[in-house]
Amino acid sequence: MHELSICQSLIRQIEALARQHRAQAITRVTLQIGPLSGVAPELLEQAFRVARKGTLAETARMVTWRAPIRVRCEQCGKESAAMINHLTCARCGDGHTQLISGNEMQLVSVELLGGGHTLPSNGNQEDTAYV
Amino acid sequence: MCNTCGCTITPANQYLLYRPVEQQHTLSVLNHLLAENNAQAAHNRAHFDAHGVLALNLMSSPGAGKTALLEATIAALRDEMRIAVIEGDLETENDAERIRAQGVPAVQITTGTACHLDAHMVHGALHQIDLDRIDIVFIENVGNLVCPASFDLGQHRNVVLLSVTEGDDKPAKYPVMFRAADLVLLTKTDLLPHLDDFDPAQAERCLRRLANPAPLWPLSSKKMTGLEPWLNWLRGHARKASAPAPAHSGVELSSTLNHA
Ligand SMILES: Nc1nc2c(ncn2[C@@H]2O[C@H](COP(=O)(O)OP(=O)(O)OP(=O)(O)O)[C@@H](O)[C@H]2O)c(=O)[nH]1
Ligand SMILES: [Mg+2]
Ligand SMILES: [Zn+2]
Ligand SMILES: [Zn+2]
Repeated sequence: MHELSICQSLIRQIEALARQHRAQAITRVTLQIGPLSGVAPELLEQAFRVARKGTLAETARMVTWRAPIRVRCEQCGKESAAMINHLTCARCGDGHTQLISGNEMQLVSVELLGGGHTLPSNGNQEDTAYV
Repeated sequence: MCNTCGCTITPANQYLLYRPVEQQHTLSVLNHLLAENNAQAAHNRAHFDAHGVLALNLMSSPGAGKTALLEATIAALRDEMRIAVIEGDLETENDAERIRAQGVPAVQITTGTACHLDAHMVHGALHQIDLDRIDIVFIENVGNLVCPASFDLGQHRNVVLLSVTEGDDKPAKYPVMFRAADLVLLTKTDLLPHLDDFDPAQAERCLRRLANPAPLWPLSSKKMTGLEPWLNWLRGHARKASAPAPAHSGVELSSTLNHA
């Protein structure tokens, strides 16, 4: 189940953000997942409940936005909804289409508790310590 | 880019995110979930490019014939190309030993419970190979049509195997994997006469419905038949990989490869 390793990587990302913003906890994580990403949102949520233990995200809620599958036809220019195993053009049937939505695997936002100002992340303190 | 976590917050735009609220506040991030893996994959690719090495990610269900294809390929190209193999398996060194028996260097990665290779594992392995003396690195992924598809390893091309004993609707059932394929090899075709329900044309139709124009070539590693298009494809891509990189890329390379 690759969802667990994806969650472990996600938690490293959001803990780094939380520390950078001096937050006490992460309360919500919002993701966008497309069906063609190869990640199942239910498995991801399940894996997250395991992976968050003992981290700053221990009590965080995971919200996943599902992205629709849409393609654009290179032949006729039509943009249409598509199915996971049927990605040809809905109008002319051509097989030369570009996926314009549906393979997303993104961290959209994190909600943090407390903090609110960033730690300098490099030697360039004048620029980064925005208060 | 932020040095701490790789997010896209910069001194110039962070005021957009900053909210001087004591309780909860929301940061917009818009980062790929596998940002860590993808950065490592880019680094691996820079290694391969710096040495003019073609890197291929071989994926299929368990037992579709990846190792057998490598054995046949090595036998055919032995005098022509210098090959190395990175083997991914849940357990055992068996596949690496089969490759070494062909006189080719092989590094085994045993993933334990992980059902896929990731870019960090491949990085560890590629530093055990003398890339200066290699033309093609084959990465044989863990036999699995689901998980490996999500992880970029730093390869140049994905080769997906579909054996004729698996059913001709596999591309429709595993669209993420087959959509990612740059080349599909239909393996074990010597068995086709014994199977009345596998239609290669149907497998191709399923692949085309994924809007994937990748070639689909039948072959048998066991009988060494149908290998020629595949071998020519390898020759062509290996030649492209070894062509000198454009002059400007040198700067980026030296900064990403400074540890190695
Ligand atoms: N008849 C026939 N059998 C084959 C062919 N290629 C592979 N096999 C058999 O299929 C079985 C699995 O082959 P492997 O090459 O080990 O498959 P693999 O994809 O490397 O397997 P994993 O690494 O375990 O996922 C073996 O018994 C092979 O002998 C072929 O072209 N024809
Ligand atoms: Mg094998
Ligand atoms: Zn069209
Ligand atoms: Zn390296």
